[in-house]
Amino acid sequence: MLATEETTIVSEATVTEKPKREMIAIDDLSLIFPSKDGDVHALSNINLSIKSGDFVSFIGPSGCGKTTLLRVIADLEKATSGNLKVNGTDAQDARLNRLYGYVFQAAALLPWRNIQQNCALPMEISGLSPAQQNKQIDKYLKMVGLQDFHKKFPWQLSGGMQQRASIARALCLNPDLLLMDEPFGALDEITRDHMNIELLRIWSETQKTVVFVTHSIDEAVLLSTHIVVMSPRPGRIVKVIESPLPRLKTLALRDDPAFHALASEIRTALAHEHAID
Amino acid sequence: MKQKLFSFVSLLLIVIAIWYLAALLMNGNQLINNLERKKQDWTYVQVIKGAYDVKRPMLPAPHQVGQELIKSIIDRPVTSKRSLIYHAQITLNSTLLGFVFGSLLGILIAVGIVHNKTLESSLMPWVIASQTIPILAIAPMIVVVLGAINITGVIPKAIISMYLSFFPVTIAMVKGLRSSDKLHEELMHTYSATAKDIFWKLRWYSAQPYLFASLKVAIAAALVGAIVAELPTGAQGGLGARLLSGSYYGQTEQIWSALIVAATLGSILVWLVGIAERVLLRRRGELDHA
Repeated sequence: MLATEETTIVSEATVTEKPKREMIAIDDLSLIFPSKDGDVHALSNINLSIKSGDFVSFIGPSGCGKTTLLRVIADLEKATSGNLKVNGTDAQDARLNRLYGYVFQAAALLPWRNIQQNCALPMEISGLSPAQQNKQIDKYLKMVGLQDFHKKFPWQLSGGMQQRASIARALCLNPDLLLMDEPFGALDEITRDHMNIELLRIWSETQKTVVFVTHSIDEAVLLSTHIVVMSPRPGRIVKVIESPLPRLKTLALRDDPAFHALASEIRTALAHEHAID
Repeated sequence: MKQKLFSFVSLLLIVIAIWYLAALLMNGNQLINNLERKKQDWTYVQVIKGAYDVKRPMLPAPHQVGQELIKSIIDRPVTSKRSLIYHAQITLNSTLLGFVFGSLLGILIAVGIVHNKTLESSLMPWVIASQTIPILAIAPMIVVVLGAINITGVIPKAIISMYLSFFPVTIAMVKGLRSSDKLHEELMHTYSATAKDIFWKLRWYSAQPYLFASLKVAIAAALVGAIVAELPTGAQGGLGARLLSGSYYGQTEQIWSALIVAATLGSILVWLVGIAERVLLRRRGELDHA
């Protein structure tokens, strides 16, 4: 009797959300680019904690260091001082263990590879067997809605489709963490709305942690569980806002008063900093 | 297509017309001098008729070269030492051998230079200096030195072809291997790719368009190298030997027909590299795009 009771408790626990762990921990991190006209404080005293399963957006004007912060997490830039842990290890180990998938603003597909071969690239490098590669490619190309485009070359696809292919490529290694640097910044607004909804769906299906850089307030509100508002000179975090909206949002939510309230809170935080500037 | 053919044919006709005119002026003068030396009377009609029929003309007319080409290509068996096909094939052998090894050497040097700063500063001056030396000056030396250690025949000529053809490949590949997109390099970095992965999956492909542009130059240079190697060395066969014997005996038709065969051979070789390039671009899915 006791044993059955225990199993029911365990199964209940697995039905509810996975226990949250700290995916990214940033402690007093600064990054200074030395230059002839004096040092540029790209990032100044950043403190931030991102939990697994969260969707966190960095928002702010140009030069606020949002992309730089993402690049530091990805180990594409080195911090000058401070501490950074990604999934409990330092950023370099996280990169070497292929813990994250990175999506650039441009799709960055290799023009001489077709979509299937492009998606295979990270798995070729990590040493997955061709059979496993194809399984992953089929799964994720289907998830981003490109199941019929395996043999197409990048130039045969629209900008939105190219970016979807690059998201599928990032998902193929099944990383716990997805780092996205204005992935839809180059797309038109209609395509962008569509991509946002698709991304929300993929995120909820895969239970990944997403860190997302944007300069669109609407996009940040629509996507995020947490919004990190940043400000330039020196690049710093002004405010971290936890979204009161449900995790899975729809486009219709944009007419909801709660949506406007959150957008307005972000706008105020941004404007406030500019006034001080 | 029709327009292309039309412009090709009209340019050809213009060249032939200029050629006939030049032949008349040069050979006519020769004829007049001869006649005057013999204190004979002459008329312009006589000169015009005679100018295209001189033995050992200063500049043979196109039809004279054409006759010589037919004689030495079609009328003689391919194995004959007076067949231009026979000589062209000898030159082609050393050209291709030199081209293959020259291209490989060029690629290897470029890979070394791109991956090693010391190699760049130590090797690059030599690479450039090697091309400032007139090939005519070192070709006989290479042949004589190799002959002294009993290396004769196709090898010394191929080495001279190689000497000329590695250079464009090196220069283009250094640029090509460095031409990969910064974003793609960062992408590879996020996959924690090894240097080997970055080379074979990224740099090598970025360099391919540069490689093919340089291979076209290299194969033409290899042909020139092979012909030059045949010139000063008393070679018995090859287009260079044909040119040399033609000039010994004042056989200008022979010289011109050998030149035309060399030019045709060069065009065919460059065209073949172009075809290889198109095949590769199609495989990369870039042909319709580019």
